[in-house]
Amino acid sequence: MDRNLRRRRISDRITIGLFMLPALVLFGVLVVVPILVAAYTSLFRWNGFGGLPTDFIGLDNFVRLLDDPVFIGDLRRGALLVVLSVTVQLPLALGLALLLNQKLRGRAVYRVLFFAPYVLSEVITAVLFDMVFSQNRGLANHVLRLVGLEGLSSTWLSDPSTVLYSVFLVMTWKYFGFHMILLLAGRQNIPRELHEAAATDGAGGWQIFRHVTLPLLAPTIRISMFLAVIGSIQLFDLVWVLTGGGPLNASETMAVTMFQYGFRRFEVGYASAISIAMFLISLTFAVLYQRFILRRDLEGAMTTMGDQR
Amino acid sequence: MATPIHLSRRTLLSLAGLGAGAVALGGCGDSGSDSAGIEWWHIQNTDPMLPVWAAFAEEFQAQNEGVGITITPLENEAFKARLTTVTQAGDPPDIYHTWGGGVLRQQVEAGLCQDITDAVAPWRDILQPASTLPYEIDGRLYGVPFDIGMVGFWYNKALFADAGITAPPQTWAEYLEVVGRLKSAGITPIALAGGEKWPGHYYWAYLAMRIGGIEALSQAAEDDNFTTPAFIGAGERLAELVALEPFQEGFLGASYGQPDGQAAAMGNGDAAMELMGQWAPAVQEEASGVEGGLGTDLGFFPFPAVDGGQGSASDAFGGGGGFAIGRDASPDAIRFLEFISQVDKQRRAVATGAFLPVTIGAEDAIEDPNLAAVAETLANASNFQLYLDQAYAPAVGQEVNDRVAELIAGQMTPEQVAEAVTVVAQR
Repeated sequence: MDRNLRRRRISDRITIGLFMLPALVLFGVLVVVPILVAAYTSLFRWNGFGGLPTDFIGLDNFVRLLDDPVFIGDLRRGALLVVLSVTVQLPLALGLALLLNQKLRGRAVYRVLFFAPYVLSEVITAVLFDMVFSQNRGLANHVLRLVGLEGLSSTWLSDPSTVLYSVFLVMTWKYFGFHMILLLAGRQNIPRELHEAAATDGAGGWQIFRHVTLPLLAPTIRISMFLAVIGSIQLFDLVWVLTGGGPLNASETMAVTMFQYGFRRFEVGYASAISIAMFLISLTFAVLYQRFILRRDLEGAMTTMGDQR
Repeated sequence: MATPIHLSRRTLLSLAGLGAGAVALGGCGDSGSDSAGIEWWHIQNTDPMLPVWAAFAEEFQAQNEGVGITITPLENEAFKARLTTVTQAGDPPDIYHTWGGGVLRQQVEAGLCQDITDAVAPWRDILQPASTLPYEIDGRLYGVPFDIGMVGFWYNKALFADAGITAPPQTWAEYLEVVGRLKSAGITPIALAGGEKWPGHYYWAYLAMRIGGIEALSQAAEDDNFTTPAFIGAGERLAELVALEPFQEGFLGASYGQPDGQAAAMGNGDAAMELMGQWAPAVQEEASGVEGGLGTDLGFFPFPAVDGGQGSASDAFGGGGGFAIGRDASPDAIRFLEFISQVDKQRRAVATGAFLPVTIGAEDAIEDPNLAAVAETLANASNFQLYLDQAYAPAVGQEVNDRVAELIAGQMTPEQVAEAVTVVAQR
């Protein structure tokens, strides 16, 4: 090998290393170290006060997790939110994306409108919907009264049986626009010729959707699904501000439970165990999803890029 | 918003109930001075007390050349979160807010605050004796109170009259009867912020006090056993009340201080009574947006006695605010507490209408007749019990709140509540 080339490679590596160093340091200090600290403190009974934890209890906190009805409930509620996200929120986003891909008067305005909620912070969204769902003065019940559907008016956030669905409604309102934009971008990447060819071959609207649009949109849908699931698992701000996890834990998520134990009960060791459990659940899902579902997309993306450009 | 009057952590907690996340960002420092002499964290972060505290600091600095006081006013939840962080780093502020009880005990055991028994001894007698009790741990003093109050029933005299009720109930049996009468008159008897849980625990705690006496409560904490007749009886009496369905519609998710919550229901005249602390009238006015609140229609009566109970009907349940001294603070910090405890300072604080004084002789600055009634009840109280979610270790206090909320929702029996709390206490 050419000596100059080799030297250049080495100096390239050094350059790469130097440029990456700040990012690596930040990543280490802000991500890796906290995870390690949480993993460490999760092995102690600790109220978080003063110095380092001393009361080592091994994996007791994790054993306790499996026996904690609130935490088990968190898992159940989290799973429900994931299922609802995938079966309700994403199809809605897909439908709107396809609709807004048509030639439509005011298309750009609709796109902005539907995307707007995503720009709001979760806290602001929650405060907003706290007013919407307010029992006496809330917009939701007011509108239902106006259109004569008073029977459907509800105590939305105050009833353990409706609160989680109300929270999901708010989640959908906030996030469907984001998924819609993703899917819209994915839809626009599908070459028009394919649809034209299918139409020429005599395919109807449904057939084109089923056999051309959907398969070519699949990589985007899979990414969208991934983000929706991870978002559901880690949901905190929205719930915290809207309901605080109540009434009676009926809208509590893992992150809310963690906060409750860390900052309300000062059981920082147990809260750390919850955070580690959350981390492991997210990580496992992410790894499996990438391994089994996204792999083809990641490989495919390379080849399509090669083919098209 | 009208001028919020914040009396306690509870008021702050609920009025600022828009979420810890949002307000944590607002809790930035507000330095009163350049020199880093005394670092002071308090939670009177709004009018009317914010400027009063600032003025006290100014005056103290003017009198003490070279002593600088840096004030950090924090919202309640932000304060707790931030204090946890700095105490974990072993670096508490020189003067910081405390409610005494279980949290203070944990801080004491971690060596984070100073034993100030001897330093305060020379002037301790200017304070009402009961007011310092929550800050005493194993006979030593770790904090100085600046405010005290108690929980009792606030009621709407006009609604009581509509239901034909002439006098406030004296016993639990009479109380249940009053609730029944209000219901038959088509009036919502009780406003409750079920979503926030702590207002519900007042019922359980008071009933346990009336049944078993104040000793039963401290004994339970000592033995880590809440399956005693006092607590199970409290659950049973509370279940009797719950069975009457006395609370407003949707109470399970209701907040305390927000426009649809407990205080607003009272302020709007939508409910006949609430069990709440001395800050209730101010929050009723604030949350309902009704100028002056219920005005002269508002009355106060102490929690009724329970037939056959050992507790006296004059035992009071409540709490207040105090300041603890961080472990590295200079003696100036304690001198500053002495400074703000003087009767002239307490009068100025009381004059804001947001305060019940702890310094003897400052009571006559109270103008509101209802607050005066509370102060009088408190002054005549035979015993004083701190809120259970403060008195006990935080994990136990929260468990009380959570389980009592489930009892009120009809999802737990009195025995299950007592057992759940005991499990956490023994952990």
